[in-house]
Amino acid sequence: MIHSDNTSNAHWTILFMCWLVAAISTLGSLFFSEIMQFAPCILCWYQRIFLFPLVFIFTTGLFSCDKSVVRYAFPLAASGWLVALYHNLLYSGIIPEKLQPCTKGVSCTEEYINLFGFLSIPMLSLLSFSAILALLFILNRRFSR
Amino acid sequence: MKKQHIVIISGLFLVLLFVLGGYIYKTQQTKKLGFLAQEQAELFVRKHSPTLGSDEAKVFLVEFMDPACETCSAFYPFVKKLMADHPEKIKLVLRYAPFHDGADYFVRILEAAKKQGKYWETLEIMYQAQPYWASHHNPQPELVWHFLPRVGLDLERLRNDMNDPEIDRIIAQDIADAKTLNVTKTPGFFVNGKPLVTFGDVQLQQLLEAEVAAQYPR
Repeated sequence: MIHSDNTSNAHWTILFMCWLVAAISTLGSLFFSEIMQFAPCILCWYQRIFLFPLVFIFTTGLFSCDKSVVRYAFPLAASGWLVALYHNLLYSGIIPEKLQPCTKGVSCTEEYINLFGFLSIPMLSLLSFSAILALLFILNRRFSR
Repeated sequence: MKKQHIVIISGLFLVLLFVLGGYIYKTQQTKKLGFLAQEQAELFVRKHSPTLGSDEAKVFLVEFMDPACETCSAFYPFVKKLMADHPEKIKLVLRYAPFHDGADYFVRILEAAKKQGKYWETLEIMYQAQPYWASHHNPQPELVWHFLPRVGLDLERLRNDMNDPEIDRIIAQDIADAKTLNVTKTPGFFVNGKPLVTFGDVQLQQLLEAEVAAQYPR
């Protein structure tokens, strides 16, 4: 009993960390757009579409202690991660911008912030999605054990 | 502590952090702009900027506007009313932030009308006729020409003056200043360098009246 309680506690903590990363990223993204008034580019919007629901899915998972939360969260996190990866490749110039569709409106390679020389907004997004994916993988392995 | 409580408390904490961070950011931004207003007044008022109101006025209401922006048009009578409420005390300075597609066309008309001394008359007609030419689904900039004769403009001369490269320079300068001052939406108001932090007519009136009271103590 004590053992299973401990593991379920550990599971809950990992899921809580997922929630924390998603919630901080969501609020951070809203801070950039609503408070600092940085207009989100089209790729940012796609990442937001995949990020924002994660907060609610994780919240539900935390309250109901439901293992299937991993299955529901994974497609969102993976898709967000792919868009973030693409955005970073674009941002760093590995993919030339003229080959992609977001030249009208806000440019996806416009530099808004640059913390410590490498942390751009797309990089923050990639890090968040990577952290969430990694935590989901760990959780999945622990559940299937 | 129950697990659910941890989630709720963490959530509330994060939201609080967000609100607090927003407040701190805006306060700092206001301070920075106040500093810019002292050190670089030309960021707010350029020599080319059209102004309305007394030259003696101590309160400068700077408006970054877009002729195709509905809210700018809707605010214009209100701005005029505020100026009438405080005669001789407020000077309106218009700056361009033509964010709508093709809005610089109308800036060109305005600047060309200025050469005929009919700037404000043209602006008013343009705003009144805006629903006709600036429909979002079907913008028809040419329609504005139906309304311009009412102002009594020499249209032939207007069409020539619109191509003056000086107008390009004015637009580029205003867009650059809008960027420096972080104006991303129109209308963007500044009262003696202080930005309108939360948008709204009541807020604008309060900001303006506070500055009038500060500049004209009884």
